[in-house]
Amino acid sequence: MPLPLAVDEAPNPWLSWSYVRDNSDIILAATKQHVTLTLISVGLGLLLAVPLALLARRFRRLETPLLGLTGLIYTIPSLALFAVLAPITGLTGTTVVIGLTGYTLLVLVRNVLAGLDGVPDDVVEAARGMGIGPLRLLLRVQLPLALPTVLAGVRVATVSTVALVTVGVVVSNGGLGQLIFEGFNNNLYRAEILTASLLCVLLAAVADLLLLLLEKALTPWTRR
Amino acid sequence: MSLVRDTAAWLGDSAHWSGVDGVPHRLAEHLAVSGAAVGMACVLALPVAFLLGHTGRGGAVAVNLSNASRALPTFALLVLLAATPVGFGNRATVVALTVFAIPPLLTNAYIGVRDVHKEVREAARGMGMTGLQVLRRVELPLALPLVAAGLRTAAVQVVATATLAAYVGGGGLGRLIADGFGRADPAMTAAGGLLVAALALTVEVLLALLQRRVTPAAVATPRAVVAPPA
Repeated sequence: MPLPLAVDEAPNPWLSWSYVRDNSDIILAATKQHVTLTLISVGLGLLLAVPLALLARRFRRLETPLLGLTGLIYTIPSLALFAVLAPITGLTGTTVVIGLTGYTLLVLVRNVLAGLDGVPDDVVEAARGMGIGPLRLLLRVQLPLALPTVLAGVRVATVSTVALVTVGVVVSNGGLGQLIFEGFNNNLYRAEILTASLLCVLLAAVADLLLLLLEKALTPWTRR
Repeated sequence: MSLVRDTAAWLGDSAHWSGVDGVPHRLAEHLAVSGAAVGMACVLALPVAFLLGHTGRGGAVAVNLSNASRALPTFALLVLLAATPVGFGNRATVVALTVFAIPPLLTNAYIGVRDVHKEVREAARGMGMTGLQVLRRVELPLALPLVAAGLRTAAVQVVATATLAAYVGGGGLGRLIADGFGRADPAMTAAGGLLVAALALTVEVLLALLQRRVTPAAVATPRAVVAPPA
């Protein structure tokens, strides 16, 4: 009976605790980068979306071209966007953040607009009648009432962003995507590929849950 | 800017427009893989969507599926498949892309059929139509605008995602980007990026026109359930 070759023997399990234990530093660093890139991208997206939505409300003629522009950005594949940006911004996290921030705008601008449009007119009039100024009206009345819709958009944008960070691997800043690609190049090291993939999905689920809890905490009046 | 000039020069060089590495061949690969995936997804998703919409059951599953699919990175699925017997290359790419084309097709077609007005459905029944006739002659024509919206969303998603296949041994226009990065050739990288972006936008515009054609003027163009960015 011929002895089986060592190659056939090499085990390549999908889940391996020893992989996780031996590489916890790398896994943690990749996860950290993944979270950081997501937070910055969605945060910047929100910082841009609120003034853009306010602008579109002030000048209604801008609404259609603005939403069209965010739709245009959304249609461009992330890999293509990174490829065009990379020669300028380099193999950096900046390249990833610019791209991912761009993708959040479609959902965020649309939801901020919908949220603000949904604030009842009589509430705004009552607030004005109480002598409230435009800035305080926005901060104390309109934005809080728009919050559930805005946060619904933030949740969708966050989950999508967590998934898309992986593409950042092409500019060497892909968070957990780095591990997925490393596993691919490392003779299809299954434990590394699956662990990183599961962590991506877990990260998206945790972020979604945290945002849901945040929404509940910030909008107690929506509770029945 | 020299990058703009270099990229334009790359695109203008006739050597880049012939052979296996040439743009036309890569475009043909890209379209073949994308077309196969969208076709497979239609065959798998549409009958199920029509049945669910017609019976009005299982809707939560259809809608949740499309939300859940956002959380799984395409890149992860491509690499995961490569580590299974499916392997990598164009066949594996078609499988992975099909998985991501199903949710938008399923959700939109399901909602399209489900939201046909009850009165219309009952009138058709009252005229003596059988369940299958109601589906074929009443529900499907009325659902067509949303089915087209789902097709557009799925196709744009697939064409965009097919680019990633180049990183797991596949072909297509993504090869230009991957090779551009690999050779540290910014002009090639940017040229590949521009070609992929142009392709995605072309598919979007063509299918938006198709969607408008199948949408009666009296009906407001329905807004599709948005797919995640690719």
